[in-house]
Amino acid sequence: MVEDRPLTSILTHFVLILGVIAIALPIWITFVAATHDELRMNQVPLPLWPGTHLLDNLTQTLFGAGLSGSQGAPVWLMLLNSLAMAMMISFGKIAISLLSAFAIVYFRFPFRMTCFWMIFITLMLPVEVRILPTFEVVANLGMLNSYWGLSIPLIASATATFMFRQVFLTVPDEMLESARIDGAGPMRFFFDILLPLSRTNIAALFVILFIFGWTQSFWPLLITTDTSMTTIVMSIKQMLEAAEQSPQWNIIMTTALLARIPPIFVVISMQKLFVQGLTETDK
Amino acid sequence: MVSFYTRHSLHAALMGHHMLKRVHFPSSPLPYMLVAPQLAITLVFFIWPASQAMYQSLLIEDAFGLGSEFVWFENFEVLWQDQHYLDAFLRTAVFSVLVAALSMGTALILAGFAQRVVKGAMFYRTLLIWPYAVAPVLAGALWVFMFNPTLGIFPYFLEFVGVDWNHYLNGNQAMALVIMAAAWKQVAYNFLFYLAAMQSIPNSVIEAAAIDGAGPGRRFVTIILPLISPTTFFLLVINMVYAFFETFGIIHAVTQGGPGSATTILVYKVFNDGFVGLDLGGSAAQSVILMVLVVAMTVVQFRYVERKVEY
Amino acid sequence: MAEIKLTDLTKSYGSTEVLHHVEGDINDGEFIVIVGPSGCGKSTLLRMVAGLETVTSGEIRIGDRRVNELEPSARDIAMVFQNYALYPHMSVRENMAYGLKIRKLSKAEINKRVEEAAEILEIGQYLDRKPRQLSGGQRQRVAMGRAIVRDPQVFLFDEPLSNLDAKLRVQMRLEIRKLQQRLGVTSIYVTHDQVEAMTLGDRLMVLNGGYVEQFGTPIELYDRPASVFVAGFLGSPAMNFIPAIVEADGVGFARRHKTGRRTGASG
Repeated sequence: MVEDRPLTSILTHFVLILGVIAIALPIWITFVAATHDELRMNQVPLPLWPGTHLLDNLTQTLFGAGLSGSQGAPVWLMLLNSLAMAMMISFGKIAISLLSAFAIVYFRFPFRMTCFWMIFITLMLPVEVRILPTFEVVANLGMLNSYWGLSIPLIASATATFMFRQVFLTVPDEMLESARIDGAGPMRFFFDILLPLSRTNIAALFVILFIFGWTQSFWPLLITTDTSMTTIVMSIKQMLEAAEQSPQWNIIMTTALLARIPPIFVVISMQKLFVQGLTETDK
Repeated sequence: MVSFYTRHSLHAALMGHHMLKRVHFPSSPLPYMLVAPQLAITLVFFIWPASQAMYQSLLIEDAFGLGSEFVWFENFEVLWQDQHYLDAFLRTAVFSVLVAALSMGTALILAGFAQRVVKGAMFYRTLLIWPYAVAPVLAGALWVFMFNPTLGIFPYFLEFVGVDWNHYLNGNQAMALVIMAAAWKQVAYNFLFYLAAMQSIPNSVIEAAAIDGAGPGRRFVTIILPLISPTTFFLLVINMVYAFFETFGIIHAVTQGGPGSATTILVYKVFNDGFVGLDLGGSAAQSVILMVLVVAMTVVQFRYVERKVEY
Repeated sequence: MAEIKLTDLTKSYGSTEVLHHVEGDINDGEFIVIVGPSGCGKSTLLRMVAGLETVTSGEIRIGDRRVNELEPSARDIAMVFQNYALYPHMSVRENMAYGLKIRKLSKAEINKRVEEAAEILEIGQYLDRKPRQLSGGQRQRVAMGRAIVRDPQVFLFDEPLSNLDAKLRVQMRLEIRKLQQRLGVTSIYVTHDQVEAMTLGDRLMVLNGGYVEQFGTPIELYDRPASVFVAGFLGSPAMNFIPAIVEADGVGFARRHKTGRRTGASG
């Protein structure tokens, strides 16, 4: 900072703390809601300070019936489904993008540019605008209510491919030359040299993709009808609908708490990678 | 959506720079096997559905879904004359501009202050970035809960200032609620990019301005803002695209497009008309219009990213 | 060990020819320096020998094999790159062992060779470090070590000292020369530095604009340069050139005035 006057300093921190409060308030209020019992959560005004029922709520949500009166899957199963979906999307996308970026950067082959353009075009089509026909394709392939149907349509996207392409282009040419003189073939070079050299980029991308996969709700809502395939995020939506009849906000907000702990944990604990991943790609 | 950096490389790629390593492996079946998985998924889940959408947008199904007729651009003409659709268009524009302005403005102010606290910047960053990790639906749920007309915290306090909050009945309040929820979720993203942009401005430039007699506020307006304008433009496009498409989850959770159609933005209408109303042709035509919009935004962004700031 | 034979070697990129009919025989165990200004094609020539660039026409033979179509790894060569091209994620030991591992040598044999090379180059205590923990000179030694362990028929050096500071450069130059003499491996060394070229090479190949200007021992080149270019390029400190005219009675220094009238003293 150029000047360090106490007054500007105080003002700066004041504004920032105000910002933090504004941003964190929704998270705080819903956390508080997860620490009270149902009775308290139906009295106006709602509490702003944590209560003592967090453990009860957690037990009921995770292992009990969850929201009473609903026929949903147990919450631990939903967490598992979300984890499976997020992992499949992350690993799948990283794997196919690494391979195709490798081919595009390190090989000269007929139709290389055709491949490039076909991948490129996916940049322009968010899943939301082609949702109906994509749904039909998934249905025709018999992939409704399956992990494959949950993850694979969200796997294809050019962004990761472009990021890896960019990373590979910054790898000095001498790495490949040196490896060729050492006698390494293409796949050996890929696994021994290229992958280790890109590992922080891979990790950064993994963080972003994990969050992308975990926070999906629209797509799972469309293609899963079987309650055993429910993901935690989409269950929130279903609970909100149920809440219009019998509000059990303590349980809903405990579920919401569980639903956001994994991605928030990932973002905070891997902040550096997260920021790197976000600025290098997006989604 | 792609970030600033990816777009840079993309641009270079399209212009033909650095397309290939100087030394490369000889041609063999291997590269085809390497691109095959991605190409297969792209074909099956992107190109085929997108072309299906385009094809369907030229068809009208009969009332029973038994047959369909090729009608050229009739679906588009119908949309053009459909007041509901035109309203949704306008509503989407207002919604997007407000979401972008609110979240970018907040992020800009916070980043502007955060970059002044050299040591604490990372601490504040940690506290400000986590809404990014909250799913849109979840963000919706949080805000629905806070603004629940009978129980919520905010309606309780709003009553004291004479505001009767009920977003289930009041369309404007419903709109305000989804805008706040959508902007809240996006602040983290914008903040990160603004902070990074500001931190990349050479310190000497700021110091030179200080020596020239510019105070902190003046420096922010006359030095920092112009220098980060490419980031602002980049974020503007990203935020518009976000507001257009990715807010679906928020709207679905908070208002389901209601009350009436007060919060039905374009992407929600595609879903509603297609899945609920089963008007496949009309829904497909709307999809195609949205695709054109995304492509247009992408192209605009490309053209602008070329302009770099000279330090 | 092997001799290298370059016959009518040409390289083109598209329609641009960058190397023109290069000829040269390199004897077994000889240290050849290819020298020339930047852009003269010297690195291209070296990379053609390495197999990193294709040969447009002509032939390269190493030993008694034509290697034009062989993969770099099949040519039995080792190369030291200008930026060393060490694998940043591997330790010094792994860097040196990598090529041997691919060639499926036994663990014991690999270890033996790495230890030997490390001893020769005095990098034994750095074997478990990563390249980024080493100084420039140490990295340079590792790059050399990686070449030595392969026990190749030919060493190729692509301006290996240009990233070092002046003092270290002189020291490493001496070491490379000693090492090459000790191992007796045929070597080709590319540089743009005349002093380096004159002090290192058994013979020098001077390239200019893709043509071989002269190929001979340093003394030959110095005493009897085949062209003005060679004379000007190798002389250090730089030579002065004065236009002169050969006349019946000897050489006359000539200065032409604007009028074209010749003045001067005959010598």
